[in-house]
Amino acid sequence: MDGVHDIGGTDGLGPVGYRPEEPLFDNPWERTVFAMSFPAMASGLNLDAFRHGIEKMHPVDYLSSPYYEHWLFTMEKGLVETGLLTEEELRARTQQFLDDPSAPLPQRSDPAAAEAIVGFLRSGAPARREIDAKPAFAPGDRVLVRNLHPKGHTRLAGYLRGKRGVIDAVHGAFVFPDTHAHGLGEQPQHVYTVRFDSVEVWGPGADPRTVNHFDMWESYLVALDGDTDDRAALDR
Amino acid sequence: MSTDHVLPVRPDYNADPTPDPVVVARVKALESLLLEKGVLASETVDRVADLYEKEVGPRNGARAVARAWTDPDFKQRLLADPVAACAELGIGGMQGEDMVVVENTDEVHNVIVCTLCSCYPWPVLGLPPNWYKYPAYRSRIVKDPRALLRGEFELDVPDEKTIKVWDSSAEVRYWVLPQQPPGTEGLSEEELVELITRDSMIGTGLPRTPDSPAGAR
Repeated sequence: MDGVHDIGGTDGLGPVGYRPEEPLFDNPWERTVFAMSFPAMASGLNLDAFRHGIEKMHPVDYLSSPYYEHWLFTMEKGLVETGLLTEEELRARTQQFLDDPSAPLPQRSDPAAAEAIVGFLRSGAPARREIDAKPAFAPGDRVLVRNLHPKGHTRLAGYLRGKRGVIDAVHGAFVFPDTHAHGLGEQPQHVYTVRFDSVEVWGPGADPRTVNHFDMWESYLVALDGDTDDRAALDR
Repeated sequence: MSTDHVLPVRPDYNADPTPDPVVVARVKALESLLLEKGVLASETVDRVADLYEKEVGPRNGARAVARAWTDPDFKQRLLADPVAACAELGIGGMQGEDMVVVENTDEVHNVIVCTLCSCYPWPVLGLPPNWYKYPAYRSRIVKDPRALLRGEFELDVPDEKTIKVWDSSAEVRYWVLPQQPPGTEGLSEEELVELITRDSMIGTGLPRTPDSPAGAR
């Protein structure tokens, strides 16, 4: 989707807010949200759906809320969509804690379950998959980024659509977020790092000695050869 | 005409860490429901947070960089297969399942970002700092990295040096192998670890030198 999250190249967002020292979590609620996200995802909310939920925040909220509020939002929406929770019980329970902020949490001790989550974090959850198809591109190939505007989740950033680049690296196949986020399966595709000349991306005023690199799933790209008109390639 | 004095910095995420009571109540509501439904255990929040507060952080990446500076064979392995090389040091896990290490040289400076969300190599750098996750850095570093590094990170990358920006848009996680500071060749691996900052592995800073002021980025 063409959302506010797709923010590369947007002007006017002000200083980066660098803090030389900062705690890992500014508030205890952020710590809770971070940690809860892993059991929440293990209950059936996959990472791509989790990311897409954040993209569906209203742009005003997205830009003005603390980072972990994004995670809270996508868990609330996503766990209603998976059927684990209902909006009614979330609303009612939130009201209870607003009325009585010191109300105790239910106790459910299960140290083995907590260790299992930690073990999962230590080992990781690879998105790499083996597929039969050979990669369509090789390092050095010239490619054009397709001008795609799907309504749902995509990892194709707006600042690179329609731009010409060169395959920099071939990484193997990975779960395709554009389908996986929507319950349409993993449908793994080859992923490539594509490098882009800064002037191609940002126009004639760009710093000529910068190079943008971006990882692209194969279906985001079309081949360019010396004789191909860019416009014709885009229409393939 | 400068408008700096009349326009507020918006959003100023760092201005007031006082939590919003509605957000706090929403978090408790979700936490209590996940506990009741058997999805969350009471011990999980502390165990998971402890992992990143006490164990997994930029010191991991610093260990790998210091090893690479002192052991050319390890450096080759780190650049060729970072996941396997880090595993030699006991480093790996979530958000580091596939990694690429990009090497700074006399000709090239590298910097990482995730414009679409907040992807970051957790096993080597820990969880990302706030500024890495917020819109301003993500929007600006891909467009004019040299100006942003000079203006807000006190890092002057000379005009003749190429800046490569790595936007972590898929499930490959990037991080930077910084150049070893001149004059530190005689230091031990343990001493070198102390010089290797988180920012030097993001690409928004350089390693300290032994005479850098305390707290230097």
